Amino acid sequence: MTEPAPPELPRARIATASLAGCFGCHMAILDIDERLIELMNLVDVDRSPLTDKKRFTQRCDIGIIEGGCCNEENVHVLHDFRRNCDVLIALGQCAIMGGLPAMRNAIMHSDAPLRECLVEAYISGPYIRNTTHNIPNDPALPLLLDEVYPCSQVVEIDYQIPGCAPSGDIIFDTLGALLSGRFRGFERDMIRFD
Amino acid sequence: MIENSNQIGSDSPVVSSRGAEDIAAICNKYGNDKHRMLDILIEVQDRWRCISPASMDVIASQTDLTRIEVEGVASFYSFLSLTPKGRVTIRLCDDIVDRFCGLEEVATAFEEVLGIKMGQTSNDGAFSLEYTPCIGMCDQAPAAMVNDIVLTRLTPDKARAAAHDLKSGQRPESLISDRFGSFSAHQQALRMVDNNIRHAGEVLLGPVPNDAGLANAVGITPTQIVNTVEDSQLRGCGGAGFTAGRKWRFAASDPAEKHFVLCNADEGEPGTFKDRVLLTERPHLLIEGMTICARAIGAQQGILYLRGEYVYLRDLLEQVLDDRRRRGLLGTDIMGVKRFNFDIRIQMGAGAYVCGEEGALISSCEGLPGEPKTRPPFPVNRGYLGYPTVVNNVETFCHAARILDRGADWFRAMGAEGSHGTKLFSVCGDCLNPGIYELPYGHTVWELLEMVSGQDAAAVQVGGPSGTMIARDSFHRRLTFDDLATGGAIIVFNGQRNILEIVEYYMSFFVHESCGYCTPCRVGNVFLQKAIQKFRQGLANPEDIEYLKDLSGTIIETSRCGLGMTSPNPILSTLQNFPLVYSTMTKPSKNRIRDTFDIQSAIDGARKIAKRRSHIFDRDFTQ
Repeated sequence: MTEPAPPELPRARIATASLAGCFGCHMAILDIDERLIELMNLVDVDRSPLTDKKRFTQRCDIGIIEGGCCNEENVHVLHDFRRNCDVLIALGQCAIMGGLPAMRNAIMHSDAPLRECLVEAYISGPYIRNTTHNIPNDPALPLLLDEVYPCSQVVEIDYQIPGCAPSGDIIFDTLGALLSGRFRGFERDMIRFD
Repeated sequence: MIENSNQIGSDSPVVSSRGAEDIAAICNKYGNDKHRMLDILIEVQDRWRCISPASMDVIASQTDLTRIEVEGVASFYSFLSLTPKGRVTIRLCDDIVDRFCGLEEVATAFEEVLGIKMGQTSNDGAFSLEYTPCIGMCDQAPAAMVNDIVLTRLTPDKARAAAHDLKSGQRPESLISDRFGSFSAHQQALRMVDNNIRHAGEVLLGPVPNDAGLANAVGITPTQIVNTVEDSQLRGCGGAGFTAGRKWRFAASDPAEKHFVLCNADEGEPGTFKDRVLLTERPHLLIEGMTICARAIGAQQGILYLRGEYVYLRDLLEQVLDDRRRRGLLGTDIMGVKRFNFDIRIQMGAGAYVCGEEGALISSCEGLPGEPKTRPPFPVNRGYLGYPTVVNNVETFCHAARILDRGADWFRAMGAEGSHGTKLFSVCGDCLNPGIYELPYGHTVWELLEMVSGQDAAAVQVGGPSGTMIARDSFHRRLTFDDLATGGAIIVFNGQRNILEIVEYYMSFFVHESCGYCTPCRVGNVFLQKAIQKFRQGLANPEDIEYLKDLSGTIIETSRCGLGMTSPNPILSTLQNFPLVYSTMTKPSKNRIRDTFDIQSAIDGARKIAKRRSHIFDRDFTQ
């Protein structure tokens, strides 16, 4: 499965973004290691934290999303990716299911779950040292969503690469297969709990 | 009485030492037997209108259980409440048929007069008002239970009058008649509920001689009884259609020291009310059938599991049992036959649809939460308390008694191949003559619709929500086990009805009634209901149809009991028979962005907390 794609393929453009995630999935992309050079022979990287490009310069073939949507900016970025990418991949557990950030969705037996969450996080939590006793509210901060949404609830997602984080090997193999048009989904034994 | 009312309405009812004694007395009455937990809890609920934490402690220590085990049972059944209910609890039947018959206006009328909303209890502890799923009165909807009294054919005016009467201190039974107490139990039942027998067949609702079947049964050997029932090819009438004779044979051939006969009178499938009619009009025939089964399998004890909604029939059935004990038809040496001993107790249910499932029903009789059991072992080998148990539907036992009277050949000659004898169909919905029709198997849906005057039907739900919904192009199909199987429910819908509204209601029913034991059923049905809501709001994409099929398949394949294995049926059968209803409601999403995600409602809470507008999504407004 690791055989490189034939060199005569046109170069593909890819873009990546980290939404409500921990950047671990982007670290996993770097975990491709020296094969990154191989990958760079096949693709150009457009908007991505890896290139530090903040906007799309042109339409992309593949968009890779780490993390789900916890605030309005995540939604905005995800919409932007959907509009600008032919194929959208949800990378990792947070993008697919909401992941760790979605633990706040469990605060449901409350009249004001979001407020309760913020108070716990910034004021009343036992390990909080917040001398201002305020919930951060700078106008530049994006508004939080009522709950954390997996990407597939906000836009249509074409492929999912599960894992927390998926290994560099899996990312490399999957991208390679997608670029050469050979991707047929994962083998059964790869879809499992650890 | 005064002491009781003091406890109602306070936030945390304290059990006085006197109260603790009373609760202990109730436990004593049931031998402090943990298997009678449901009876104990129902009695505590009836008396104190709630099962308080303190009372659970007393019950736990009396029955030698932990408090959490008691609470597990108390919190499972919807007629039991951990918080105080009103002295008068009004439960409106929230079935789709009731909704189409003006339930909402009736609910509003109750709310206005009583000054509380649905789901609330008045501050003085006098009234509770709530919805409950089908109470088996679909032929006279809208209907309601007022404590143990049933009101039918409600209108806003009737509801208002009833609420005023209750408010002025009248007892619920005086809503039916001032002389209610002077009626016989049978008359009381008929005053409350019409039986609407529209067509009496040859087997059950026609003339039936007293105990002729039992007289024949005591004259032959148990094996001959089983042979007769097996020869008749009688199949279970509760819906699943397992051959009754085989069930009896399996149980009879098990050498255990005890055997049990259980009657399933928990017909909770919305639109089914045939057992109600048999329990009212043919209770002796039912007990006769159970007694015959007891002789066939060698059982000495039986249980009649009566659904909580049919509590108005309890006195009637108790009287029938007493009467038969007096006449030597129950008890010891029945009909003078030495060592033929058999008696029956009534187990009241407490509002749980899943208890109609064989295993869940047994769990419920054992004083446990009504959760299905893992199969195998099957109840015929390891059922009630671990002993071989036959669980049959009311109608099945009645048929068995008639078969012993008239013979297997007589029964087998009726009906169709593979579906012999007659069947009670409970018809309701958009037809002129809703009610009970006893017909041989094999009639087409068209023929039935002609009988009930419902020829303009656009859809017919056969077998209730867990059955099949068919369109006019399938009305030529036959009502048999092999074509359109049904436990009896036939619900007729005319062209004015919204199919997706019906489907969504049925899914909400299954969401409510799932026992929660297994995830596919507990969670999957919620997802299905949400998906149908999406269709109704016009937010569905074409691929959502595939999603419905996919998820339905998973739920059916992975659920633990019949509830989950049939709960996707409203969706699957309408997808198959009314495909246009779904496809017209779908459209592809724009730019592949989901219409179902609404950013404005998602950020509304944060906007209020931050007290500012969104820079991204409220850009058109100045701050």
